[in-house]
Amino acid sequence: MKRISEHPVLGPLEEEEIGFEFDGQSYRGIKGDSIAAALLANGVRTLRYSNRDGEPRGIYCGIGHCYECRMTVNGVQSVRACITQACDGDVLESQGENRREGSNDF
Amino acid sequence: MISDVVVIGAGPAGLSAAVAAAEAGASVVVIDENPRPGGKLLGQLHEEPGTGWWIGAEISKSLAKRAEEAGVRILSNRQVWNLSPKWEVALDNGESVCGEYAVVATGAAERPLPIPGWSLPGVMAIGAAQTLTNYYRVRPGDRVAVVGMDPLSLTVAHELSMAGADVVGIYLPSKSVFAGSQADPDRNLEYLAGMSDLAPNALLRWGGRLASNRALRNLALTFFPTSGIPLMGTKLNLRKSIVSIGGDERVQHVEIATIDKHGNPGKTRTVDVDCVCISGGLYPVQELTRDCELVRIDQLGGTVPLYSPEMETSQSNLFVAGNVTGIEGAKIAMAQGTLAGTAIASRLGRIQGKDAVDQAAEAVRSARKSSAITFMPDIDEGRRIAEDLWLQLEREKSMTQKDESYA
Ligand SMILES: Cc1cc2nc3c(=O)[nH]c(=O)nc-3n(C[C@H](O)[C@H](O)[C@H](O)COP(=O)(O)OP(=O)(O)OC[C@H]3O[C@@H](n4cnc5c(N)ncnc54)[C@H](O)[C@@H]3O)c2cc1C
Ligand code: FES
Repeated sequence: MKRISEHPVLGPLEEEEIGFEFDGQSYRGIKGDSIAAALLANGVRTLRYSNRDGEPRGIYCGIGHCYECRMTVNGVQSVRACITQACDGDVLESQGENRREGSNDF
Repeated sequence: MISDVVVIGAGPAGLSAAVAAAEAGASVVVIDENPRPGGKLLGQLHEEPGTGWWIGAEISKSLAKRAEEAGVRILSNRQVWNLSPKWEVALDNGESVCGEYAVVATGAAERPLPIPGWSLPGVMAIGAAQTLTNYYRVRPGDRVAVVGMDPLSLTVAHELSMAGADVVGIYLPSKSVFAGSQADPDRNLEYLAGMSDLAPNALLRWGGRLASNRALRNLALTFFPTSGIPLMGTKLNLRKSIVSIGGDERVQHVEIATIDKHGNPGKTRTVDVDCVCISGGLYPVQELTRDCELVRIDQLGGTVPLYSPEMETSQSNLFVAGNVTGIEGAKIAMAQGTLAGTAIASRLGRIQGKDAVDQAAEAVRSARKSSAITFMPDIDEGRRIAEDLWLQLEREKSMTQKDESYA
């Protein structure tokens, strides 16, 4: 969907696919993707809900500083999705109040 | 784990330091919290004068390969929590790595620039958009507004449009305590003027030329079209600022105000977008050098450690390289890393004579001269202040030593 398969300067995309689950839904990514990149390529922007008001939050800094992208990865809480590689078979969950099972934001 | 040298940060500076030391025969460990080496270099993509496209992902890969071939151990996915003298590096998994020498090459990060609505998914730092687009090859949005006018935001705007995004405009932040002079149109034009003729894409070149002449600058501000100036698929808007970002659960629109030449807002209008990239400026990440002599020099981007001509801090055997010393381009970071690694190899007795160190120091100077992007307009002045303060520190140190020997 948002994947840049044609690029005027960069070479061809890595083609090896991976499969993972986020809040109960299955998605495909490309080997080497960060979790945040793989989800965004599927149109998913909301990675967690704020603790206080349950407001949606997504990737912000992209370099591991702000912790806006934290989520539960294979049972481990508060992993930073922007600097963690997505692996085949990963089970990912959003954190926080208001978490909706299977919610996404296509 | 014990080695001759521990390097913190696998960006261009850290990798280059590791390569220089390891190729001279030192044992080196590099630690980085990212899954792969490269640091901010991974996402970079711009045209370099004379040498064609600078593809950061490929340069990162070949630097890391060269390091590994020289025997460097790269520990990825490991965050450094603490650094203590002579030199012990504590990692997030409870382990530690020790080295006779340490190099802090922790690079730069972006300053946040709060705008109402900025916590909505779809609003991100310009650097996040850069890595997503050029490294992960995922478009951060289809219709993108860019906030903040500086060499980085102009570069990324161009990269986004190359990747097929519709960059609806580059806007100023609205006046606020956070935005400071970033919201002032004249300051922005002056900033654009600081960019050299070598600038890597036409957006930058155009901005540089227009703004370099004071009279032209005044004219340009007065007559700058309120609709912006169309350029390479986007619009440079010196007379528009972003008031707020809105949407239900994610970014759907931004409110744009027309501003006068002092940055004061007038009429507003809503523009539909699905992504907003904010550029608040870069600062050196120097927490791990907190026990060194530090000084705040705004021309360099913030607080930095003072260091010797060979990149050693006020703590002996603790070196620095790259953007932790001030915000500059990747080629300069690499040259600084090579200098630090070479100096350490020489101190370890792995290199004889001073020639290699002198050459590496000269390479930093020439990288500065041929640099395509200048992030901080007054960087030379900042460097001079830092160098003077270092000399002053050295003088004070030798005075106390003398006092002590008389005592
Ligand atoms: C968002 C952004 C975009 C940029 N774009 C460009 C560009 O297009 N062109 C250009 O020439 N320059 C660009 N720069 C400037 C850039 O900083 C330099 O080009 C260069 O990457 C600096 O190299 P470095 O090795 O000093 O730091 P970095 O490349 O920042 O590398 C530092 C590394 O240290 C790691 N690190 C930091 N702290 C820790 C810790 N506690 N534990 C473990 N690891 C840690 C980081 O994960 C990172 O990988 C950009 C900078 C930023 C912040
Ligand atoms: S987006 Fe900031 S830590 Fe991941």
